[in-house]
Amino acid sequence: MVAAITFSGVSRHFGDVRAVDGVDLEIGSGEFFALLGPSGSGKTTCLRLIAGFEQPTRGTISIFGQDATSAPPYRRPVNTVFQDYALFPHLNVRDNVAYGLMVRGDAKAPRRTAADEALALVALDGFGDRKPSALSGGQRQRVALARALVMQPKVLLLDEPLGALDLKLREQMQGELKTLQRRLGIAFVFVTHDQGEALSMADRVAVFNDGRIQQVGSPEEVYDRPQTPFVADFVGASNILPADMVEAIIGKRASASLRPEAITFSDGPLQGVVESHAFLGSAIRIEVMCNGQIIKVLVPKSGVVPVMGETVKLGWPAGALHIMDSTDG
Amino acid sequence: MAEAPRSPLSDMLWRRPNLLLLLLVTPPLLWLGIVYLGSLFALLAQSFFSIDEFSGLINYEFTLKTYGELFRASNFDILLRTIAMASAVTVGAAIVAFPIAYYAARYATGKWKAVFYLGVMLPLWSSYLVKVYSWKLILAKEGILNWLFETLHLSWVLDAYLSIPGIGGNSLSVSWTGTFLVFLYVWLPFMILPIQAALERVPPSMLEASGDLGARPGQTLRHVILPLALPGIIAGSIFTFSLTMGDYIIPQIVGTSARMIGQAVYQFQGTAGNIPLAAAFAVVPIVVMGIYLTLAKRAGAFDAL
Repeated sequence: MVAAITFSGVSRHFGDVRAVDGVDLEIGSGEFFALLGPSGSGKTTCLRLIAGFEQPTRGTISIFGQDATSAPPYRRPVNTVFQDYALFPHLNVRDNVAYGLMVRGDAKAPRRTAADEALALVALDGFGDRKPSALSGGQRQRVALARALVMQPKVLLLDEPLGALDLKLREQMQGELKTLQRRLGIAFVFVTHDQGEALSMADRVAVFNDGRIQQVGSPEEVYDRPQTPFVADFVGASNILPADMVEAIIGKRASASLRPEAITFSDGPLQGVVESHAFLGSAIRIEVMCNGQIIKVLVPKSGVVPVMGETVKLGWPAGALHIMDSTDG
Repeated sequence: MAEAPRSPLSDMLWRRPNLLLLLLVTPPLLWLGIVYLGSLFALLAQSFFSIDEFSGLINYEFTLKTYGELFRASNFDILLRTIAMASAVTVGAAIVAFPIAYYAARYATGKWKAVFYLGVMLPLWSSYLVKVYSWKLILAKEGILNWLFETLHLSWVLDAYLSIPGIGGNSLSVSWTGTFLVFLYVWLPFMILPIQAALERVPPSMLEASGDLGARPGQTLRHVILPLALPGIIAGSIFTFSLTMGDYIIPQIVGTSARMIGQAVYQFQGTAGNIPLAAAFAVVPIVVMGIYLTLAKRAGAFDAL
């Protein structure tokens, strides 16, 4: 499979700030790929480097094997769905969608047909004559999607595509984007700070921190076998056990991650006092103080819930304690 | 929390916000409605009266005769000349102002933004008359501009330009070109600031989106930046156009002896004592601006607002 996007040693520095620092990355041609990280981690800059809005300070970027390091945005076979949608306020929905075809020089009639087809693809038939200001947030996003897809890009870039939508709409759009990607068979690269979104939608996830990639892998890999404490903490808010504690449990000195939902109140190596409860709807998060370290435990609402101040023992199934390769970060 | 001291007035206004609004807007409404618009309408009403040519007294009967006089060749020339000058100044100002405003809106930050505002506003702080007389000196035959052309051995270019009938003359300071340059200089800030404000509201992502969809920078300028800057250009043109149409000092100091509307109004209401004709002249800029704005609206200039 030809790689859609290849980063080789790419850095982007803004003065002293290393927004992206030595990133190597390969994204497959039919992949749903997530760039996940906290704000300021370099994920958005990476997306902008693919789109051509930024040029790398060092390194090379190629798109389908062709060097695109210094190609301007209008010469790249990629299109972007912007976080703020960036719809043109002076054009109606149809002209927004047909904008790329118009600047390419397509005639009016095929332009109109293609725009209406793209609008149908995102379930917005009949909205062509409206102004973007007359649409809801979710509808605007669909227009932005149609405007990018009408160009038949080889790679679609999405910058925090669901950030501005409310929870229900977000879940619905997650499913729709996934279906759309499978149907079109092109690569979708999306930026998000929401680990749930990245895990549920992406085929592969790259976790960013401080301009560097911490780990690239399938959602299962990133979640179950985090390579750094940062990944363990950021993806799913894992418990990170310090080396002392791990040594006492398994006799090996290394830090380890332990998922809150893997822990049960049963006979096990750790013992502590219940500090607090937090009701999360479907589950309850309990914080237990063990040897000066807070351990988060997630139990289903229907499960046994110890009261505050109770001394409990914590156990987990074999293999749940994940020893991390690296202890830095 | 400590209880605030009792204040019956504040409490009452809090309970009745409409009363507060009424108190706030009444003084400005009185000013705008009576003093400002009222006096304007009183002036306009004069244009429907006529002057008795023998006695020189005003005949207070409704007539359109005064408007008819506007179409007399000598008066109509004044109208055409003024509208042509105002149009030229507006187009010139828009062309000069746009790159400056674009730089300020897109690239200037922090200190450079302050420098921009200072640079644009500073000329407004000095006296209008001083500026106009300075320009007269710059443009005069013995002025710095002539000297510059001479030093560069380009006097023949200036002479060739000045020999063009209509826009030329004995020197720049007594030509229509001179009047145009001074108008352009004096009204430029009124064009720069609205365009800058309009461009400031265009998010950078919109320009990136245009490029992302395949538009070259020139296409982005034409299809995105200009349409979005248009409300600002129109706002600026309202200033430059109407200020030029009404001005009577610049054409008196710099330029030919042919009059513009402002000078005509000044003379008819002063020395000639023909208030109705002066009022009729004063109506022309209002009508022209009305037509201009209607056309602009119809052409979709305000769609991006």
